[in-house]
Amino acid sequence: MQRFIIILVLGAAFAAAACAPVKAPTAAPDSPAPQSATGGAATELVVVTHDSFAVSEEVIREFETANNATVQILKSGDAGSALNKAILAGASDPLGDVFFGVDNTFLSRALKADLFQAYKPTGADAIAADYILDPEFRLTPIDYGDVCMNYDKQWFAEKKLAPPQTLEDLTKPEYKGLLVVENPATSSPGLAFLLATVGTYGTGYLDFWTKLRANDVAISEGWEDAYYTKSTWSGNGDRPVVVSYATSPAAEVFFSDGKLKEPPTGNVLGDGACFRQIEFAGVFRNAKQPELARKFMDFMLSPRFQEDIPLQMFVYPVNPDAKLPDFFEFAETPKKPATIAAKEIEANRETWIKEWTQTVLR
Amino acid sequence: MNRKLLGLVLLVPLVFLALFYFYPLGAILGYSFFGTGTLDLSGFREIFGDPYYLGVLWFTTWQAALSTLLTVVAALPAAYIFARYEFRGQTLVRALTTLPFLMPTIVVAPAFIALFGPRGAVNSALMNVFNLTAPPIQLLDTIWIIFLAHIFYNYTIVFRIVSTAWTNLDPQLGNAARMLGANKAWVFFEITLPLLMPAILAASLLVFIFDFTSFGVILILGGARLATLEVEIYRTAANLFDLPLAAALSLIQIGCTLVLIVVYTGLQARLATPMRLRPRAITRRKLERAGQKVFVTLNITAMLIFLLAPLVVLIFESLDTPGGFGLGNYLALNENVRGSATFLPPTDALRNSLLFASITVAVAVSLSLLAAYAITRTKRGGGTFDAVFLLPLATSAVTLGFGYILAFSRAPLDFRAAIWLIPVAHTLVALPLVIRSIVPMLRQIKPNVREAAAMLGANPARVFREVDFPIVTRAVLVGAVFAFIISLGEFGATTLIARPEWATMPLAIYRLLGQPGLANYGQAMALSAVLMLVSAVAIALMERVRIGEGAEF
Repeated sequence: MQRFIIILVLGAAFAAAACAPVKAPTAAPDSPAPQSATGGAATELVVVTHDSFAVSEEVIREFETANNATVQILKSGDAGSALNKAILAGASDPLGDVFFGVDNTFLSRALKADLFQAYKPTGADAIAADYILDPEFRLTPIDYGDVCMNYDKQWFAEKKLAPPQTLEDLTKPEYKGLLVVENPATSSPGLAFLLATVGTYGTGYLDFWTKLRANDVAISEGWEDAYYTKSTWSGNGDRPVVVSYATSPAAEVFFSDGKLKEPPTGNVLGDGACFRQIEFAGVFRNAKQPELARKFMDFMLSPRFQEDIPLQMFVYPVNPDAKLPDFFEFAETPKKPATIAAKEIEANRETWIKEWTQTVLR
Repeated sequence: MNRKLLGLVLLVPLVFLALFYFYPLGAILGYSFFGTGTLDLSGFREIFGDPYYLGVLWFTTWQAALSTLLTVVAALPAAYIFARYEFRGQTLVRALTTLPFLMPTIVVAPAFIALFGPRGAVNSALMNVFNLTAPPIQLLDTIWIIFLAHIFYNYTIVFRIVSTAWTNLDPQLGNAARMLGANKAWVFFEITLPLLMPAILAASLLVFIFDFTSFGVILILGGARLATLEVEIYRTAANLFDLPLAAALSLIQIGCTLVLIVVYTGLQARLATPMRLRPRAITRRKLERAGQKVFVTLNITAMLIFLLAPLVVLIFESLDTPGGFGLGNYLALNENVRGSATFLPPTDALRNSLLFASITVAVAVSLSLLAAYAITRTKRGGGTFDAVFLLPLATSAVTLGFGYILAFSRAPLDFRAAIWLIPVAHTLVALPLVIRSIVPMLRQIKPNVREAAAMLGANPARVFREVDFPIVTRAVLVGAVFAFIISLGEFGATTLIARPEWATMPLAIYRLLGQPGLANYGQAMALSAVLMLVSAVAIALMERVRIGEGAEF
């Protein structure tokens, strides 16, 4: 009897799951709900994004008031997970209206899943051509930032050692055991740094990593762990050089309650030592509120939203007219960050990560 | 026993499990293996063709086995003390031991490194005392720090389950043996240990599964070179998005756990001995002789130092502000400095955490009682149910999370962004622990008491209320505390919570640590300290509000 029940219940569940059609991302007929007229009930716009997304309350309120809308922000894990979830949910019945936070390392995966509709937002013409990686504007660049190595100024001053300048420096004996990097298989800056080495050394990138391994590089699972646990700047670790963002030194000043007058850390800015991440947003193909979603895309490129970006997320706005906040005077940008075409990244990402894992971890 | 009634009792927890575990799991496995329309088993081929994955499986297994053994050995003395002696501050100390279990790895890791790292307190002290020039202890990125962290996290599981069983053990058995000339060691190995075995096994199994599926500890403290199956699943699913491979790894993880559970249930059913349970008034005594006092004091001190030192470091760091020592980090918690739209005041995070934890306790304890009752009253097949309820614990959070997206984001079950999925997920994780703390107790109830009650005309509901319920209250309490701390500390299921305004404490801590800046670090530590404080108070309260001593038996 009991066995019968257990088999019945579990069997039913499995059968239901197995039989539920795994919908291929085909386009369902587009039937948007009618837009409410101004003065009626506010329309809800759902923005799907990653955990690091941030925006000022008053900026969002402005959009809401102007369009008689409420903006619901759904955060679904780190950048990779958020995109994967959107892909799993499929194109026919998407998780929301707008997706924010696909970066250039995952751009091709997002485009291949065919989740987004083409829409060129107002203001897109002003964006530098370098950032427009999808000419059809299914995904529009919103912001960019550089992944660079940060070094602890005080540590190097005390040791009377010159801070490293280039990738090559980190393989030298005087810098042995000083660097901590994130695992590219689990971390977005880790992947960006791996791409910087691929961009700089090409097929020889594994030789560089072999030398780095011999020079006692430390590997962290994620940025939080590398930055706060293993680096000397956090006070507990023993690694004075950490893979982070070029704006992290400026953020340190911003988050010091006025105690720091200048950044405690510096950037390793040598040619090819940094990798530029570009973040994109797009309108889901079967968005319930396509009109409002497109307006939100316009809004994201407007100076109001663009000027809020550096303050909230410590990255640069793509709109060249947007003014930067004062503390960005401490932020540095590399003259020649490493670059790789998005298509090449998509074709080789897994191979590079696997080869890296083989070389550095095993 | 009325078999129809038994069936009904089982049906409720089984339906819960079917809907919220087997259905999403089936969905993700179906998508992974049949995504292209035909059966795709390339994942398995890849795993068994690559010695690396076999190495991962072997490492996962042996580190979990050794960690479990060490945890049991470390926790047994304290379990004995709390079962046999009464002393002041007992409730508080017991509440404090649960704290490590609910702390996010991301905040415990800096504390561990502050203690055991190359520039940590232990190394500095040793270098001072012995005049060394280099740090003598290198624990980071080794198996030793993984062992330490696993003991630190899972100590309370062994401690609580075993000490509860030990409390109810009749000391007269041992006394009788002593009178007949047996020495203390003989009594322990021939009487106490065999009688405690079901509880020790129950706790070991749970600890083993936690260590086997260990994630944050391995990733952060073990360094990237040591990987468990769970870590590999996360890498392949979340980043490589290689779902066939991740699903195959997930199934192997579930399979290994299943084998273990079958072995365990066989052992446990054989070992359980129905016996007379004794109320605490009889089994416990006050500390009288000096020897006892020294023994108890030394043990408790060692336990507290080991479990609390990392937490004390954490509080210390929460008070360290750029402007010197002070409460600055705590005061800053409620300030939305940048006017962020997704800012969540910590009071709200705390409210969310406590709300979800309360619901989890209510649901998990009710379901567990039904399940445990049915498991113990079934002669054959009990083991099957037992195993089924443990499976969620062995399932990778990222796999199940993707399953939830597939299963619950489209009609007919469109639950996307539903808040109540959070306590549901917490309940799923808590169920095995709660069931595990109730089942061994239920097995020890003498069947003839039930039969006598039934013979005298009590219906099954009354038999349960009058005979079983008073006896299991203590076990239920242990289960409730587990459900509570699991919910408070849970992080994996939080990926299901898309709405920032419903974030829990651990999630708020992670989000603070997602940005550079000492203020963020300090605030994350402050929030962790608040989480500890509130949890300790809540758990101490739960332990105090137990049913009066007389009603226990």
